[in-house]
Amino acid sequence: MTPVLEARNLVRDYYIPGSLLKKGKTVHAVKGVSFSVEQGKTLAIVGESGCGKSTLARIVTMIDPATSGDMLIDGQKVDIAREKLTPEMRQKVQIVFQNPYGTLNPRKKIGDILTEPLIINTSMKADDRRDKAMAMLKKVGLEEKHYGRYPHMFSGGQRQRIAIARALMLNPRLLVLDEPVSALDLSVQAQVLNLLADLQDEFQLTYVFISHDLSVVRYIADDVMVMYYGEAVEYGTREDVFSNPQHSYTQTLFAATPRADIDSIKARLARKNAA
Amino acid sequence: MSLFEVENLVVEFQTAAGPFRAVDGVSMKVNAGEVLAIVGESGSGKSVSMLAAMGLLPWTAKVTADRLQFNGIDLLGLSASNRRKIVGKDIAMIFQEPIASLNPCFTVGFQIEEVLRIHLGLSKAARRARAIELFELVGIPNPAERLGHFPHQMSGGQCQRVMIAIALSCNPKLLIADEPTTALDVTIQKQILDLLMRLQAEHGMGLIIITHNMGVVAETADRVIVQYKGRKIEEADVLSLFESPKSTYTRALLSALPDNATGDRLPTIAEFLSDDQIFAGAVR
Repeated sequence: MTPVLEARNLVRDYYIPGSLLKKGKTVHAVKGVSFSVEQGKTLAIVGESGCGKSTLARIVTMIDPATSGDMLIDGQKVDIAREKLTPEMRQKVQIVFQNPYGTLNPRKKIGDILTEPLIINTSMKADDRRDKAMAMLKKVGLEEKHYGRYPHMFSGGQRQRIAIARALMLNPRLLVLDEPVSALDLSVQAQVLNLLADLQDEFQLTYVFISHDLSVVRYIADDVMVMYYGEAVEYGTREDVFSNPQHSYTQTLFAATPRADIDSIKARLARKNAA
Repeated sequence: MSLFEVENLVVEFQTAAGPFRAVDGVSMKVNAGEVLAIVGESGSGKSVSMLAAMGLLPWTAKVTADRLQFNGIDLLGLSASNRRKIVGKDIAMIFQEPIASLNPCFTVGFQIEEVLRIHLGLSKAARRARAIELFELVGIPNPAERLGHFPHQMSGGQCQRVMIAIALSCNPKLLIADEPTTALDVTIQKQILDLLMRLQAEHGMGLIIITHNMGVVAETADRVIVQYKGRKIEEADVLSLFESPKSTYTRALLSALPDNATGDRLPTIAEFLSDDQIFAGAVR
């Protein structure tokens, strides 16, 4: 079966122009990353800020072109640097951003936010667009009465539901989730993660899940890729990466993650009393 | 006598829809050398109760308490100028957003020396020497050079270290850290927490950590208070809280951790708990 998303040796450089006194320089944000995701699976990309994971998300979402390397979506090669993106391709990948307070236009009603992707990318009639938005609202756990409301009337978790609904309006094959739960409370985080799992089951969605929270990654991912300074230092199934991390950075990452189990607390208190 | 004592703290805000009670009868005690964690979701009043204790809330807030004492001094009856002599010196606070809580228009050196000048009245040379010493203490490389840098020239982790250095500059007796690592990467979070715990043990400070991260609680606290919608739901030492949580809310909160997930869906709080059920087991 062809994977929904395949990346071969993706590279992205940013050129920072110089000035009279300063020489320009090139920043290598992503240095040759390869991976593939099958339909209905979740690939988690982990790494600290500045490691290139959001750059990778922009390439996958076809916002930015890669400097070199191939990206295949459903086996079809995409190169937005050379050819214009067709609406069909654009419908295949959608993205949900980290901060639900910044990604919804405060001057638009929820209904307008949800139907906008349809207006741009399809030739659906207004009535159909409305029906589809209503159905999607219910699907993500909101109600029809929310259609005419503004974003400020919703809580953080509800806004993230709206952002997910907007991403799903075009029936994408692939959903890129850029830290979708890191701005949310623990109980709301659980609700949104459950919603994502439900939607994945229902639509056979494929996720690229970007996160720095390893406990969330361990819960949701099938495959895990760890990035460090633009390189994929570790890539494998969840079981392999978590049980037997190879790279020293992955080991550092695991050691740094706070542990909330009783044995760790007992060990810490024992160390403290001994000191 | 405890270092910091709060009894029946109530904070109300006047809003267009009538008074809103952000903190509803919370009591707590912190001893010297003790680490207390306050856990709760956003809107549980955990930050507001600390801001109220330090007198940092705007005039629209109405703060009442049966007792609000620090080191035997009544904080409520204190005049504003007397309060300023304590806040920032004996009680210091670290805020969540390190980059937002530093002034972008001044160098970090100026901002740390300002505290030393106002609270300790040190001479110029002594201030600089102390600032370099503090930067070394919190692990900022090249401290002498770094003093001349502006906040935008430093990373988030470095800015948080500067905030900690400023908070520690007058050797506070009580340090309040409001979500000190929420905006940081896990590896940096580990460094900052280790630093806080080391400094706390060395100086014998009382430390209050406000957080919503159960992992941070497990790694740092001696005692834990769980808050929900402005009320204290549970108070316990850290081991018994994780081992045998008494209230249904704490149990629900712990089961929502992805670490503890059983099966392929996470249990969520709203699904099986109403407010009445949560408050039924509340302590005062």
